[in-house]
Amino acid sequence: MSNIPPKLQYTKTHEWIRKDQEFLTIGITDHAQTMLGDLVYVELPEIETSLDSGQECAVVESVKAAADIYCPVPGEVVEINDAVIENPQLINQDPYGKGWLIRVRPHEQAPSELLNADEYSRVVASEAH
Amino acid sequence: MPFIPHTEQDVKEMLSTIGVNNVDALFDEIPDSLRHVSLSDIPSGISEMELGRLMRERAAKDSGLLCFIGAGAYEHHIPAAVWDVATRGEFYTAYTPYQAEASQGSLQVIYEFQTMMANLMAMEVSNASLYDGASALAEAILMAVRLSGKKNKHHILMPRSVHPHYRETVKAIVSQQKIKLIDVPYQPDTGKIDLDALKKLLSADVAAFVIPQPNFFGVLEDVDTLSDWASENELLSIAVVNPMAMALLKPPGEWGAQGVDIACGEGQPLGIPLASGGPYYGILCAKKAHARQMPGRIVGRTVDMEGKPGYVLTMQAREQHIRRGKATSNICTNQGLMVTASTIYMSLLGPHGLRQTAAMSHARTREVKKELTAIAGVEAVFSGAFFHEVVLRVSQPVETMLHELAKHRIQAGYSLKKYYPELGESFLICATETKSADDIKLLADSLRDVLEGRKLACLA
Repeated sequence: MSNIPPKLQYTKTHEWIRKDQEFLTIGITDHAQTMLGDLVYVELPEIETSLDSGQECAVVESVKAAADIYCPVPGEVVEINDAVIENPQLINQDPYGKGWLIRVRPHEQAPSELLNADEYSRVVASEAH
Repeated sequence: MPFIPHTEQDVKEMLSTIGVNNVDALFDEIPDSLRHVSLSDIPSGISEMELGRLMRERAAKDSGLLCFIGAGAYEHHIPAAVWDVATRGEFYTAYTPYQAEASQGSLQVIYEFQTMMANLMAMEVSNASLYDGASALAEAILMAVRLSGKKNKHHILMPRSVHPHYRETVKAIVSQQKIKLIDVPYQPDTGKIDLDALKKLLSADVAAFVIPQPNFFGVLEDVDTLSDWASENELLSIAVVNPMAMALLKPPGEWGAQGVDIACGEGQPLGIPLASGGPYYGILCAKKAHARQMPGRIVGRTVDMEGKPGYVLTMQAREQHIRRGKATSNICTNQGLMVTASTIYMSLLGPHGLRQTAAMSHARTREVKKELTAIAGVEAVFSGAFFHEVVLRVSQPVETMLHELAKHRIQAGYSLKKYYPELGESFLICATETKSADDIKLLADSLRDVLEGRKLACLA
């Protein structure tokens, strides 16, 4: 069973979201990195990019697949994690910590359709079937 | 394997199973204007025997010609071993194999090809090849636009001295992607890119600059200056080169302070015969930092579980069988057979042999230029240094002159009237190592006869 920290919020497309003061930090879940396998490449947006809700904002690529990362809220990119561009394996090793991807200043309050840990666990469980 | 056509009964049953009235209804989604193209120019079928005879007759028309036409396709000597080895059953495939890793031999050949090409171009990465030089340039341009994608730049500086067929192909491919090609003029005296005019064409929308070497006129560009100008202005630089010339000249990876970003070209001069325009193959190399935006296949070397070397298709995640509609490009194969022949050709010649071939081609072209410009009514158009092609102007209608020589079984060159009317009665002429001193003398004598013959006819 993959690690799903209770204090984070999630999306059905396997991103996690953490509120850091007025910013939202976004990454991919432990389940997502397990499914993708060893990551070899990460493409992140430029700082100041304005994103709509559900817009593709990043690409993570493993030896066998490439996946788009969707921005769960409308907002502006304020910071990107350069460390994962240098070392994509950080996402495999520490998806909720050193493997974060982007930090966004949301244009509005975080939308309610984000999932809590329990709800996300059910998404992961249902995919296993 | 027997060929068993469907009977009318079979077709009827299949149509009724899927609930369609007739076969035509299956093609309903194709617009009428595309479906009802007349095929009246295509004759009805003939027997194998008749076809064999027709092809022999046509082949005979082409054989025994003394060919001085280059213009993008070049006649070089190909050692017999090249095609003897390339057409062995183990190699005889047009593509990267499906289930690629089961064909270690094919992958190894492609890997060796990539290594040779990266060395020849002095670039960090080569792919497994593309369809031809013209589409390789189009792919290089798409790649450059992707690389500058976040800045939304979509103009490309395209010299008029790039092969006109390449420019047409590029336009056909990239114009659908809202990419604009901006013509860069050439200097009328040297044939080189007009640097002053180039500088005036710079704008914030320009993503990349194409640098030909040699250019279509055979003229050598000041590649260091041009490449540095591109990087000073934060443009991506794309070299489009003749790989044979790279054995003799500075390769694109060493142009200017930083080398070019992308290098492409036509691989035909390296072991591929002239054969009614193809099949040829395209070369595409890049800096390592740009590898993920490269189209096509790339073979890498690795080790298996027992530590033995093995070859694999690498970076496949950017390709369309994995990334679907978001793939880097829709190129998902390569010119396997042509690349095999080229790899064998380069192995047999080696760096020294390639350099000799290129040097001899240059020397032969110097002779051609000297002999022909000694004839009254023939002059060289450009003063720039050249590789193995030159533009000459004649005092008579050029196409009539070429036609007359063709009657003498001499193909003296490629008329420039269609694409470069401003050059008047000009043609492009090429000599490679395949042309002897006698061939050149025969060409010069025949040209003199034709030109003087016409003068006599005029006087009469």
